[in-house]
Amino acid sequence: MGSLTAAPVWYLMRGSGVVTLLLLTAVVMLGVATTSRWRPGRLPRFVTLGLHRSISLLAVVFLAVHIVAALADPYAQVRVLQVVLPLPLGPYPLWLGLGALSLDFLVAVIVTSLLRHRLGRRTWKSVHWLAYASWPLAFAHGLGMGSDARTAWFLALASASLAAVVLAAAWRLLGSRREHDKYLGAPLESGGTA
Amino acid sequence: MANVLRVDPIACDGYGQCAELLPELIDLDEWGYPIVSGTSLRPELEPAARRAVTMCPRLALTVVDVR
Amino acid sequence: MSSLAQRVGEQGEPAPVLPRLLDGAPGAPVSLAAHLERHGPLPEIARDHGQETLLRELEASGLTGRGGAGFPAATKLRAVARGHAPVVVANGTEGEPASAKDKTLIACNPHLVVDGAVAAAYAVGSREAILAVGRADRRSQARLEHALGERAHLHEPVELRVVAAPDRFVSGEESALVHWLNGGPAKPTTRPPRSFERGVRGRPTLVQNVETLANIALIARRGAAWFRTAGTAAEPGTALVTVRGAVRAPGVAEVELGPPLRDVLHRFGGLTSLPRALLVGGYFGTWIDAREALELPLTEAALGAHGAALGARTIVVLPQDRCGLVETARVARYLAAESAGQCGSCLFGLAAIAAAVQSIATGAADAPHAHERLHRLAAQVAGRGACAHPTGATRFVESALRVFADEAARHLRGRCCTESRRPLLPAPTGGPREWR
Repeated sequence: MGSLTAAPVWYLMRGSGVVTLLLLTAVVMLGVATTSRWRPGRLPRFVTLGLHRSISLLAVVFLAVHIVAALADPYAQVRVLQVVLPLPLGPYPLWLGLGALSLDFLVAVIVTSLLRHRLGRRTWKSVHWLAYASWPLAFAHGLGMGSDARTAWFLALASASLAAVVLAAAWRLLGSRREHDKYLGAPLESGGTA
Repeated sequence: MANVLRVDPIACDGYGQCAELLPELIDLDEWGYPIVSGTSLRPELEPAARRAVTMCPRLALTVVDVR
Repeated sequence: MSSLAQRVGEQGEPAPVLPRLLDGAPGAPVSLAAHLERHGPLPEIARDHGQETLLRELEASGLTGRGGAGFPAATKLRAVARGHAPVVVANGTEGEPASAKDKTLIACNPHLVVDGAVAAAYAVGSREAILAVGRADRRSQARLEHALGERAHLHEPVELRVVAAPDRFVSGEESALVHWLNGGPAKPTTRPPRSFERGVRGRPTLVQNVETLANIALIARRGAAWFRTAGTAAEPGTALVTVRGAVRAPGVAEVELGPPLRDVLHRFGGLTSLPRALLVGGYFGTWIDAREALELPLTEAALGAHGAALGARTIVVLPQDRCGLVETARVARYLAAESAGQCGSCLFGLAAIAAAVQSIATGAADAPHAHERLHRLAAQVAGRGACAHPTGATRFVESALRVFADEAARHLRGRCCTESRRPLLPAPTGGPREWR
């Protein structure tokens, strides 16, 4: 590496990558919260699902910035094709490849979610499970790439995110075994019909 | 041409988002499952209805055209 | 005119109307030879022209489904005939525990049932007919397999096979049966699409009760005019009816619709004692006070005017020494347990309804509230399932509350009304709880 101070585009790439990972962590937690019918206090339930959708789209925006910055950074040496395909090129073929796979899965999840009503629930649901594959790949990509992966602040954020996703996934798996085929929610405060 | 809300009771799993988004036409029974009014969708309620249909996690809510 | 009596034939000799379907006996089924001797061979209905002729005869006959819904058979067949490569399913599963008519028909006259499936296949242009019976009903399976063996040399252009469906209450429902035949659980599915549009392997499917098919087999030979010489003008033909309870000869008999219930019950040996009430139509039917019920003509129209229906064509005569509320509570528990568990309002609603009826039947502490609760529950449960199960069960329970209001009041005061606690209505809970 040449200069002592890194190029601004490197900071942009690194920063947007971290933000994407944090947002995707929030997305996974909100997804599990939706399935478990978790209600944030007195807020209506659609807030959970609404946030899940909005934040995932926000994550896509930051991810796009991350990818463009990576392509623009001369030191990262990322070929365009490597964005979507793991290829044995450049200085970080493994970690970059994991990022590419993570992106592929995420794109599949988002596209099928946008086309949910046309694809039907079963197709949409099976592809949606790829989200649980996409996040760990993104996490590994973030840890493996770049020299600041050993800094305290990054490790703190990374650990917290990992803990959150592991807890959310555990909650999801444990909660999916129910007594009935159907879900019986808590009785409502404002009662049913007359 | 009249648009009416319809819920698929097999797909429905009692999330209850629809009743929150469209309380004018959807109420919940004591177990959290929607009771959908069969009356025609008034034009001013169409946007809320579309949102309720989009947000249903089980794709159980639809708007059908009954003639 | 007593339609149970004989009619005058062409030569002036009495020509008995009955039996049409119940030839033979459960222990001694009609053999293929005897069957062909009595009826002659099933006419091979040529495609196109022959199909149209048969469909028109069925329309003219006014034959309606004998499986519970009472839908005009011809309309159903026409809808299926419009499709490509349809499939015929003969429904002999008879999930209604109190009903035995389909089992009896298959046991006595299996060839007429198979003829019916073949004739229906001709009529809709199908080359495949599936004969469905209940898994525990070994006798029906054996009878039908044996009948197919006897017919093998006829080389009929319709592929026939016998299948044994799970013995759940809702598994005989049209879409549930199709769902199971397609490899899924025997639970009802969302409609649209209906079975006549897309059913077995995605093809248009005719699901028809075995008694209806047996009638089709006869109409194919003898025509609509002959069919109409039995029954009434509005409800022609004969009906297989199961009667249980306080009659001398409970069982299954073939009757004509029209006469009042009191006369129909003569076919079953008459009443053993003055009954308290009659359950008409099986477990989705309604309780009717005996004094009213006995005078009611056994027709869809007369029953309909009283808020009742023929349904599963099962009548249970409740004697004075049995408690209608206790019987209802047991059946309500059974119906709740038989929910497919796919629709929240059915799964939770029927359980709550059964608990409320139980309270009333035992005179429990919360019984006074249970009445009001039941009415609220009924409004939330009826009509909100994917199939008729919650609606039918709710109607059954509500009719019990109406008819047995006196008993309910006595139970509230801690007094039971009857001596006998022996169960009358069957509620089989010991069998395998499988859906596949």
